[in-house]
Amino acid sequence: MKKLNKFILALVLASVIVPSTFANGTKESAKAEMEQGKVLNIYAWNDEFQTRFNTYFADKLPADVTVNWIITPNADNAYQNKLDEALLVQDSVSNNEKIDIFLVEADYALKYVDTPYTLNVKTDIGLTDADVANQYGYTKDIMTDSKGNLKGVSWQACPGGFIYRRSIAKDVLGSSEPAAVQAALNDWNKFDAVAATAKSKGYFMLSGYDDAFRVFSDNMKSKWVVNNKINIDPSIERWIDMTKSYTDMGYNNKANLWSAESWGGAAVDGKVFGYFGPGWFVDFCLGPATLANPDAAKELGNGSYGDWGLVKGPQGFSWGGTWICAAAGTDNADLIKDVMYTLTCDVATLESIAMELGDFTNNEKSMANIASSDYGNTFLGGQNHIAAFLDSAKSIDRSNMSPYDQGMTEKLMNSFSDYFNGTITKDKAWDNFYTSVLELYPNLTK
Amino acid sequence: MLNQTLRKKKFINYSKWGYMFLAPFFIIYTIFALIPLLSTFYNSFFENYRVGLTQVGPTFVGINNYKEILGNAGVPRYAMNTLIMWLLGFIPQIIVSMLLSVWFASTSLKVKGQSFFKTVIYLPNLIMAAAFSMLFFTLFSDAGPINSILASAGFTSEPIRFLAMTPTSRGLIALMNFLMWYGNTTILLMAGILGIDESLFEAARIDGASSGQIFTKIILPLLVPILVFVMITSLIGGIQMFDVPQILTTGDGLPDRTTMTLIMYLNKHLYSKNFGLAGAVSVLIFLITAVLSFVVYNFSMSNYYGNKEKG
Repeated sequence: MKKLNKFILALVLASVIVPSTFANGTKESAKAEMEQGKVLNIYAWNDEFQTRFNTYFADKLPADVTVNWIITPNADNAYQNKLDEALLVQDSVSNNEKIDIFLVEADYALKYVDTPYTLNVKTDIGLTDADVANQYGYTKDIMTDSKGNLKGVSWQACPGGFIYRRSIAKDVLGSSEPAAVQAALNDWNKFDAVAATAKSKGYFMLSGYDDAFRVFSDNMKSKWVVNNKINIDPSIERWIDMTKSYTDMGYNNKANLWSAESWGGAAVDGKVFGYFGPGWFVDFCLGPATLANPDAAKELGNGSYGDWGLVKGPQGFSWGGTWICAAAGTDNADLIKDVMYTLTCDVATLESIAMELGDFTNNEKSMANIASSDYGNTFLGGQNHIAAFLDSAKSIDRSNMSPYDQGMTEKLMNSFSDYFNGTITKDKAWDNFYTSVLELYPNLTK
Repeated sequence: MLNQTLRKKKFINYSKWGYMFLAPFFIIYTIFALIPLLSTFYNSFFENYRVGLTQVGPTFVGINNYKEILGNAGVPRYAMNTLIMWLLGFIPQIIVSMLLSVWFASTSLKVKGQSFFKTVIYLPNLIMAAAFSMLFFTLFSDAGPINSILASAGFTSEPIRFLAMTPTSRGLIALMNFLMWYGNTTILLMAGILGIDESLFEAARIDGASSGQIFTKIILPLLVPILVFVMITSLIGGIQMFDVPQILTTGDGLPDRTTMTLIMYLNKHLYSKNFGLAGAVSVLIFLITAVLSFVVYNFSMSNYYGNKEKG
């Protein structure tokens, strides 16, 4: 028995000592290459930034640097969980394993802004005030911490509009031109009336339950959480009531956001009048979804591509936005500066992202230039959508954001889909919403 | 004298080897099962979670965690969901498996191509549960192939929204579990039936017993130990039902949390790093499993031994 004890003791000692000696070893060697990291680790939740990076930055990347993409989907907090795990052990892993860049979305950006895990893009990374001067104010306000440090930069501003199918508008309203469509849709009562006409002609005004959600959630007058108590803004109640009546009257196609059914409504034989969305929705979501043949040219006639138009719709809103953050502990500060500068400050890059991809980019001056130019977007039937977004972009106000937006949005949509389906009562749906939110955020109260 | 010492020595040597061979199991069991089990009990009495990047606790809160998960229709409700979906899958599974195994093992039927069928019925179990669930999610979605087939055959005009209704969602989960496990059960039961002495069947047939009588008077009583094994493993598997409903219902147990199983509920807490509540849920699942296994074992095996003593 004594022997066994000794053996176990040796085993325990070995398991403690051996890894720590190795850990020390890697730390020493990491210090030597502190000057120039050769590995750039980027955490993201989809390939939007990856595509931007590969298209507009790849040729500036030093040949000896390897880029690692760690991509985890947003849904069910998977991305945040993975990112949090990595950030919390950032100090104890070797430099080549440390996060260098991570992306955050509007729904949970605030969770990372006021923490020591993000670097100041001016003092730590080296962007100047002049570099970011033309970026939209709200994109900087969101990423500014309580001490006034800017913690991240974005290449896009996200004013949203109503993206409608021109041929369906022609059938329902008699005109497919943005000005006429906007006149017919400029408040919610008119929007409801058009929905009724669309229904009588066999179309769906909206794709599903969650399509109008962002219009209402972005116009919230209070935050989701006040003093750790869950707070329901009247705007959210309006979304629930509108969606329920739209569902009961058959004005929507009952699809869930991001589902195959939802994109199916935009296909050439789809029956959906329009989708609410910002700039990135045009290029990154609807564009690919409408092509009948994804390999053929993106032009009018390939699926419903080009048969679309964009108007402000009944109410201005913004949706999403992606910020590039530099993680504390990175050994690639210089490279990160280049990435940030090229993708978020460089006028030439921002203008080509806007003109080639249709994204609304984060530079007031360039956007004004493009708005007054003869630029036209092929997906939107040659419309200059930058001009349509220009006014909304200036008035974006995200002061009611909270770090909980992602979880609240997801749980609200899931809980209320049962109510819209008619399976449960509204009270039951609220109960389910509170239950799931409290599971996700145990620190909150109902 | 000499003989005695020799014998003693031999005896000691053997027992030493015995312990040596047993040791790996006990060491591994202690490290990977017993210590985690005890620490789960310990953790369940603390408030201990992380919100974003901030750690809260651990603070000792007594039995508050248990109150929390037992109230608010927590564990009892999800235990009931789990039980319903398990029974929906298990009852057809045991009936079909029993039927197939009796047919396959029967010497009077002599089913041909047995190894082919055995492989085929076992195949669904080889697919990853998550992939299988994903497949069903696509098959039964509103615009999926099943709805297209039903519509083009003229059965339905509107698509059936399988995943928006409780009976169909639960039914689909039960169907998947059935498809995945009936092959496994068939093979277990068949092994049990093949282990019964062939002469018993022959004697019964000579005495003029019908196949129904052979089944109820010979096969069933002698198969009890295997049936108990199947029951208990399936019960434990049922309590641990997770991947199939998780994927099929986007993790929220839609509709109306009626497909939320115990382990999905546990996963909700583990996902938000809420080790206190998760610990309490785990302890309850452990207790439920232990009690149910104990009841099933004692109930069925007492019948078995009771019969034997009578005979």
